[in-house]
Amino acid sequence: MIRKEALHLLRDFRTLTIVLIMPLVLLLLFGFAISTEVNDIRIVAVVDRHTDETRNLLEDFRANSYFTLLGAVEYREVEPILRSGKADAAVILRYSGNELRSQIIVDAANTNTAQTATAYIENILGDRGAALPVLTRTLYNPQLNSAYNFVPGIMGMIFILICAMMTSVSIVREKESGTMDLLLVSPVRPRTIILGKLIPYFVLSCVILALMLLLSYTVLDIPLSESVFNVIWITLLYIILSLGFGLLISALVSNQVTALLVSGVLLMLPVIMLSGMIFPIENMPLPLQWLSCIIPARWYISAMRTLMIQQLPASYILTEIIILATMATAVLTLAIKKLNSEN
Amino acid sequence: MDENAVISVKDLTKRFGSFTAVDRISFEVRQGEIFGFLGANGAGKTTAIRMLCGLSRPTSGSGQVAGYDITSQPEEIKRRIGYMSQKFSLYEDLTVTENLTLFATIYGMDRKLTGPRIGEVSATLGMDGMMNTLARDIPVGWKQKLAFAATTIHRPEIVFLDEPTGGVDPLTRRKFWEIIYRASSEGMTVFVTTHYLDEAEYCNRISIMVDGHIEALDSPARLKKRYGAQTIDEVFRIVAKDARRGD
Amino acid sequence: MSDAIVTEGISKKYGNITALDGVTLSVPSGMLFGLIGPDGAGKTTLYKILSTLLLPDNGAATINGMDIRRDYRKIRASIGYMPERFSLYPDLTVSENLKFFASLYGVGIRDNFDLIAPVFSQLAKFPDRRAGALSGGMKQKLALSCALIHRPKVLLLDEPTTGVDAVSRNEFWAMLSTLREKGITILVSTSYMDEAQRCERIAMIDRGRILEVNTPGRLAAGLGRNFYNASAREMYPLLQALRTFPEVKNCYTFGATLHVVTADGFDAASTVRRLETMGLTDVKIYPATGTVEDLFIKLAENG
Repeated sequence: MIRKEALHLLRDFRTLTIVLIMPLVLLLLFGFAISTEVNDIRIVAVVDRHTDETRNLLEDFRANSYFTLLGAVEYREVEPILRSGKADAAVILRYSGNELRSQIIVDAANTNTAQTATAYIENILGDRGAALPVLTRTLYNPQLNSAYNFVPGIMGMIFILICAMMTSVSIVREKESGTMDLLLVSPVRPRTIILGKLIPYFVLSCVILALMLLLSYTVLDIPLSESVFNVIWITLLYIILSLGFGLLISALVSNQVTALLVSGVLLMLPVIMLSGMIFPIENMPLPLQWLSCIIPARWYISAMRTLMIQQLPASYILTEIIILATMATAVLTLAIKKLNSEN
Repeated sequence: MDENAVISVKDLTKRFGSFTAVDRISFEVRQGEIFGFLGANGAGKTTAIRMLCGLSRPTSGSGQVAGYDITSQPEEIKRRIGYMSQKFSLYEDLTVTENLTLFATIYGMDRKLTGPRIGEVSATLGMDGMMNTLARDIPVGWKQKLAFAATTIHRPEIVFLDEPTGGVDPLTRRKFWEIIYRASSEGMTVFVTTHYLDEAEYCNRISIMVDGHIEALDSPARLKKRYGAQTIDEVFRIVAKDARRGD
Repeated sequence: MSDAIVTEGISKKYGNITALDGVTLSVPSGMLFGLIGPDGAGKTTLYKILSTLLLPDNGAATINGMDIRRDYRKIRASIGYMPERFSLYPDLTVSENLKFFASLYGVGIRDNFDLIAPVFSQLAKFPDRRAGALSGGMKQKLALSCALIHRPKVLLLDEPTTGVDAVSRNEFWAMLSTLREKGITILVSTSYMDEAQRCERIAMIDRGRILEVNTPGRLAAGLGRNFYNASAREMYPLLQALRTFPEVKNCYTFGATLHVVTADGFDAASTVRRLETMGLTDVKIYPATGTVEDLFIKLAENG
């Protein structure tokens, strides 16, 4: 049974390759290319009176790897420069009496860059005790490395994809081709048939998990600690939950296209949109926040963030663990019940 | 070349890599004829039909269908033929009228002519009462007829039927063949493949393909005489017995 | 001789549609038994019930004395089922398919190879070909091999030869005869009436009811007289003309001729003359012997 399923997987070499490569590519893509951090902000400075204070500030900007100080300009030049896109921001340092006042003008065409740039600039100005006593400190991820945030998100998405989508499609394919009838007619018990279907996908998921962790801890420099064991077993729990979803779908639908659509629309979209993977849950309208509570990936991702990025012990994520375990039990029970009632 | 020939093929060959699916076949089909194209599974029938319909380019050889060259004018051919494969089915969630209108549009029929033509089809098939029924709700026996109606809605000169009656019960098959008879008596040329060899007897002429060659081609009566057989079934077994391929 | 398959008043409904309506049938042990009927007659539903995939709403059935409800696990081990559609794994090779089905039943391929050897001999030449790449006839042989791998006592074949060419069908039926000689009970449905003729006994089923059970010869004999062949040079006009005659009850194509079912008092000679005055040429009408196919048409038209 398991051997046969493994053969199916190996025969469909293209899908297998995609399934194995995709998580890694996604991980690297989000890790490096699509990072939301802002590097190389080009700034110009407007200084009405050069003092040691302003000189030190400009030196700070010059030394900071996030900025490229293009030079000092006249105030009236600022707008044309920003408009032509030659610089991203302008820092204006002006004395009012003996007190240094500062102003930041940012090209907000890209709000993301603009916000981040503002924050960085304020940071530097603040460090020097210049008029803006803003002090922002970033915890846990001092370099604001966005790859960190995406690793748990991608894991949450990949396992739903592989377990739920592939399992349901493979079971429904047998229903469609009539081979399910042949299996059921044989003396093999239905639960053995189902188990035989699940195990290969479980193994496949484990392989992917290993690959992803390896990549995260090496290429992406996520700090390795004993929490990795917690990461592994909670992920296994999540994989089982996803397999349960796959089973449930395959019990409910009867053709491959529906299976693909149901797992795609009902599972993937919420995972991407509502799990906090891309959009922070705290910023969502309340009804969506409630809705996100029933999405397993939300809890999984939050648990992974706590474990992988904050490096906290498992006791901090008890809620998440309990919720995931309850969901897994419920979904599996429902799926098995549904499958049994069908025969 | 026969001046009434609507299909005429000379040394038509199709190779897939080192495999020769169709090996230098030559034949002619006359206008209004019911031509049975028989052969064992894997003998190359479907490949040959696909070439005749302009769906696949021959490796070598030439052919004309409805007066157009199969290599250089496949689009002209497609406009003048109907093709119904074994898998053909109607859109289950459309009504009979909607299905027929759809196919009329696909075949580029003049919009003004579509309405009257559908009325005509429904009258000849005697399905006036069913025109607004969803295709999934009509009885199995009618679906076959309806599929034929959809395939011939644009009055093609030639209709290609690839196993139109596979897995269909004897009564339904007969009703289907009556439609074929009618179409032929109205001047349409019918090119048909089947595994039911009693159906081969209804054809004006039949060819039997074995391993990519045409091994026999004549009227059913003359073939039976030549092989000293009672039925086409026997003829087929004698001719196709030595088939190597496919299996 | 005991009965291998017994059903008593089996009924099954899908919503409002009655698929089976009180089917009572006995298939004696070791018999090659045919099941024929139009599409939608309920054949596949009956197969699903006998193979324990479906439970009937009413009625009881046993296979070799085992009840389909109570002993379904024992039944599953002792039957071989071949569904209507090709149901093997197209992406697995010939030998992988066979091995897989053997493992489902917990047997080795060698154990029962003697049984499948005649079927499998042609397939044995390419054990590594994927099942999806086999021709129609070969797929059926592989499916039969898989259904036989655990040496079943009863073989349930649902339209096994649909879409298969005449030569392969002939071989397939020769294999069924061999299997029957080994004592396996075979219930086979088909839409090819020449195949029905090869069964020892056939049941005609329509709209979920068994209409008649008998040997092919006796069934066809039941058609009686008033049965003629008709031919002319112009076949389609002949068909149309005959249908307008009141004494012609039914008329349909049958191979090279038409079969004409008439009322008593039909006179062949005068009908020929009448047809010739209508412009038909080379008209011949002569008595015919009925076949299972004629019976089928009669039953299906009356239904």
